[in-house]
Amino acid sequence: MVTLTIPEADMPPATAPEGIPAGIGVDLDDSPVRELNQALHDAVDGQSWTVTSPGGKHSLAVGIDADVDVTIEGHAGYYAAGMHQKGRVTITGNAGVGLAENIMSGSVHVKGDASQSAAATGHGGLVVIDGNAGARCGISMKGVDIVVGGDIGHMSAFMAQAGRLVVCGNAGDALGDSIYEARIYVKGSVASLGADCIEKPMRAEHLEELAGLLAAAGRTEDPAGFRRYGSARNLYHFHVDNSTSY
Amino acid sequence: MTLTPIQQDIPAQVPVQELPAQDIAALGLRESATFDRATIADIQRAAATGVYDIRGWGAKRRVPHFDDLLFLGASMSRYPLEGYREKCDTDVVLGDRHASRPLHLQTPVTIAGMSFGALSANAKEALGRGASEVGTSTTTGDGGMTPEERGQSRHLVYQYLPSRYGMNPDDLRKADAIEIVLGQGAKPGGGGMLLGQKITERVAGMRTLPVGIDQRSASRHPDWTGPDDLEIKIGELREITDWKTPIYVKIGASRPYYDTALAVKSGADVVVVDGMQGGTAATQQVFIENVGIPTLAAIPQAVQALQELGVHRKVQLIVSGGIRTGADVAKALALGADAVAIGTAALIALGDNDPRYAAEYSALGSAAGFYDDFQDGRDPAGITTQDPDLASRLDPVAAGRRLANYLRVLTMEAQTIARACGKSHLHNLEPEDLVALTIEASAMARVPLAGTSWIPGAG
Repeated sequence: MVTLTIPEADMPPATAPEGIPAGIGVDLDDSPVRELNQALHDAVDGQSWTVTSPGGKHSLAVGIDADVDVTIEGHAGYYAAGMHQKGRVTITGNAGVGLAENIMSGSVHVKGDASQSAAATGHGGLVVIDGNAGARCGISMKGVDIVVGGDIGHMSAFMAQAGRLVVCGNAGDALGDSIYEARIYVKGSVASLGADCIEKPMRAEHLEELAGLLAAAGRTEDPAGFRRYGSARNLYHFHVDNSTSY
Repeated sequence: MTLTPIQQDIPAQVPVQELPAQDIAALGLRESATFDRATIADIQRAAATGVYDIRGWGAKRRVPHFDDLLFLGASMSRYPLEGYREKCDTDVVLGDRHASRPLHLQTPVTIAGMSFGALSANAKEALGRGASEVGTSTTTGDGGMTPEERGQSRHLVYQYLPSRYGMNPDDLRKADAIEIVLGQGAKPGGGGMLLGQKITERVAGMRTLPVGIDQRSASRHPDWTGPDDLEIKIGELREITDWKTPIYVKIGASRPYYDTALAVKSGADVVVVDGMQGGTAATQQVFIENVGIPTLAAIPQAVQALQELGVHRKVQLIVSGGIRTGADVAKALALGADAVAIGTAALIALGDNDPRYAAEYSALGSAAGFYDDFQDGRDPAGITTQDPDLASRLDPVAAGRRLANYLRVLTMEAQTIARACGKSHLHNLEPEDLVALTIEASAMARVPLAGTSWIPGAG
């Protein structure tokens, strides 16, 4: 049983009539991660949860499928908010490897930095990282939108299939290697582009798309200061003439 | 020169290559063992196209295999069971180490992972029908779960692959087991491949890819590296599925002793070891024939790792790669496997390489019994294709019944051998029931050479 920091009798109703009810607290010094996740899987729409003492534990708030708000006060380990489907997860500290991996929809917001493979293979939803993200940010992304306030590491957007990656700082080496149809926007420098990734012109629709993504992430950067990168589509078909491209 | 009687009999108008081998030899022509005709054709093809050969099927080279083992039936020192009367159970429980909902299968012969994309929807449905009819499991592949196969499969194993095509938590929760795929026997260390002719609108949609591209999947998982990460990844999947669903780890046989031990350490409920004869829908021939080790060599190494960790029969072992008969099933189990998986044999049971399509195989430059161009999407049998006309040739109900028949035969054959060895359950078969016909098989399988007590390398 989850140890609640408010008496059970005072728990908010399943669906509060006036907006989101007062928060349910879970202290991970007292409750194991298993109980937290089970409680979140049993949660109902409209609830608000606060997780304290996360202590960098792994697999926090994974597989959420209800429209809830979850705030993790502190640092999270690997796979925080993994396979997220609904609602909003906010991490006030840093997040470990595989933040919001395979996210389907909803949103995940990290106020600190995120380690490697942030939003890996995400199919949808929005992942916002206020700080920096490590290597392989957005690897194999399949429709997720990612906004990073700082820098991203090497091999980011590797084999990125769909979705948008916005980087307000700089990008590391081999950005967008073997990229498919995802779009990348970078404000700062790009150390190097990966195979088949090229700079593309910023047209009006891209400025508009980027403005929407920045606004959704609560950022104030001017879209005009960004460059766009995407696939040259030269490696979509297996051909001997491409053998030196890899 | 005076012709020999044989040479005199050879009709002059028949091309040399169409003559029987002994007649060619009689003409004084000698084929090179190193540069045989297939090798020469490979070199000519590479020179003409500049691309390596991609094909389906598994390793075609001869390697030590189950054929090189024999069972010692019961006699004076042990009793056989009555072949047609006494019970010999065949059921197997998979995944009861950590999962609250393990699989309970009626036969230890399961269906290996094969994707919708590589196979037609009808073929996937047929696999589900056949497997469900006999109470065993089928497995998705690199491309997600289709409603057809979920609907027709009583026990469905959902593969978790590096590409994560079509991966989603709803299907994850619908799965009866999750198989984290690190590798495949046909290509340990290689990612999946599906060429453009099979990337139709539906396949592309499920994989979030442009229609018609040549898909080459990642070979490494995107969000974990090594056994320490895998342990955390397994923990995440257990949390998402509330510790209900068994988690398998599948490896291509290369270093099965270490890989099995690390899979156990990482928390797997079941370890799947796929030998080099295991099939593929599309891989470079050089990879298929030259990477990985034979199934026979892999099993004892995996079993040793399980035994040393004290988890043999607790973490179950599924073996695949070249299982064709009930004898193969019995031999794999006697060496310590808990279950086997079939892929190529299942496709043959559905109708792959059927001689009734001989003319069409010929038109494709192949022949019934040789056809391996699963990458090409023009399968006359309608199995390894996304062409609607070809796919419609496979009746999923009839093909499912053929597969069920075949699975029953495999099970009954294995029971026949087990009873002859005096075993009341297939899992009671043991290495002591086996001998080897060759020194190589003896060393690999770690059973004595027939008629001796010698196991090479056993000290």
